[in-house]
Amino acid sequence: MDRTPVIVGIGLSEYPVAPDLDGVQHHVLAARRAIEDAGIDKSEIDGYVNAGGGGGMMVDDVVTMAEYLRINHRYIDGTMTGGSSFEFHVQHLAAAIRDGACDTALVTYGSDQLSRMGRRLGTGGFTRAGARVSGPIQYEAAYGNSLVGSYAMYATRHMHEFGTTSEQLAEIAVGVREYAMLNPKAMYRDPMTVDDVLSSRMIADPLHKLDCCAITDGGGAFIMTTAERAKDLPKPPVYVLGAAGAQTHWNISQQVDFTTSAGAQAGPEALGRAGLTHDDVDMLMFYDSFTITCLILLESLGFVKQGEGGPFVSEGNLKRGGKLPLNTDGGGLSSCHPGMRGIFLIIEAARQLRGEAGDAQVPDCKVALAAGSGGWLSCIGVAVLGNEHP
Amino acid sequence: MTAHEVKTVEEWIKPLPQPDGVSGEYWQAASEGRLLIQQCPKCGHKQWYPRALCTACATEPEWLECSGRGVVHTFTVVRQYGARPFRDELPYVIAMVELAEGPMMLGSITDCDPDDVRIDLPVEVYFVKTADDVGIPYWRPAGS
Repeated sequence: MDRTPVIVGIGLSEYPVAPDLDGVQHHVLAARRAIEDAGIDKSEIDGYVNAGGGGGMMVDDVVTMAEYLRINHRYIDGTMTGGSSFEFHVQHLAAAIRDGACDTALVTYGSDQLSRMGRRLGTGGFTRAGARVSGPIQYEAAYGNSLVGSYAMYATRHMHEFGTTSEQLAEIAVGVREYAMLNPKAMYRDPMTVDDVLSSRMIADPLHKLDCCAITDGGGAFIMTTAERAKDLPKPPVYVLGAAGAQTHWNISQQVDFTTSAGAQAGPEALGRAGLTHDDVDMLMFYDSFTITCLILLESLGFVKQGEGGPFVSEGNLKRGGKLPLNTDGGGLSSCHPGMRGIFLIIEAARQLRGEAGDAQVPDCKVALAAGSGGWLSCIGVAVLGNEHP
Repeated sequence: MTAHEVKTVEEWIKPLPQPDGVSGEYWQAASEGRLLIQQCPKCGHKQWYPRALCTACATEPEWLECSGRGVVHTFTVVRQYGARPFRDELPYVIAMVELAEGPMMLGSITDCDPDDVRIDLPVEVYFVKTADDVGIPYWRPAGS
């Protein structure tokens, strides 16, 4: 019996704006579409995973959704590492499926962030005046840092140490926008130049508005099973070749190196498990919460030496037709970012490896690498996926 | 060590730390103008924020009073924030300060033009007393 872990079904709910769907409905719609795409019976699902280990305290946490979906699971996982949760899920499920802890598992995500909360998340908006704050955030909350501000501190330090420029960061956003223009559903589809990015207003120096991701609604789901089971299913299997995760800190005050990430550990480990090198990777799905997130991931994962990311980007390597096309669905920067984007990295990588990406298809795409970033470049999860049996 | 300046405010409307079994002494010292970090009696490791163990070797750490001097390791100027009271204070500087003693801590640089803040800028601590048991450390350019 070939228990090599594979992805056999993918599904998206509606994005970028879906005012009629709440978070739970995003989970469910994506799950229904993934089950249909996989061609399995719902009753086959014996593993369930989502990024909400809330112990039943949230409407869409893992136990509540397992009940709602009525999944008789033998394996359940609510690992929550922020936006990278789903790359950690791939790592965990690959082990569980190989081990026989489950045969066919469903992973879901859903968020009505834009319709429910608007665009306040990245720049605060939830501060409660005079509120007492417990835990590690008690050392930060009085200062009024924003989510953008935390990432901006990486950019400031990286520019200082390596001479990275705002133009180079802007090139990342421009490249991803070019892919968004090919995606009819993407949030932002107008042509965009480096000058457009640089002339957009400063949110937290040195990050401009167009260095920041969109805020949208959205949901996704995927189904993993064994290569054995995949033989009888309609869609070509996407093999999990290697996956790994690592953490340097959670709160931004505890990061000690603002030029790198835990990807320096997780990237080589994931590629090592796959028995591959960086040169074998045909396309990248990076968590692009901000342009600087991509640059830090690119370098820390080892695709270029530290400090060489800026020039590498300027040479067009991450663009359509470049050496390592990045975020072919239009990314979080221009297409879809409902809060925890990690699941879309897996889904788009699978679409590419199946050859279903249409105008955005990367030619001869055999290996894709998805790297999620959770928190403030805190928890990095890496999944190396391929369309040939390892 | 000499205590640093402690400012008092009439009303504090920003989030306020909730002192706990470990942080209580830290916030109390700050309200008296003293900046504490922790040092491990066994391995010598220094750390901020305070914890109930040394993150290097798991020994119970001891308090170490700092000089209150450091340099800017990295920073940002926050120019957009959605809610009061921070929205009313834009733009302002958030920074990681590398203490003379070694560890880094998150803070805010005040008493200067935000555009004048640079990496490696020497800064010194002062405190804002926000409650009987809490002082918040802030930073300003050294000698200003």
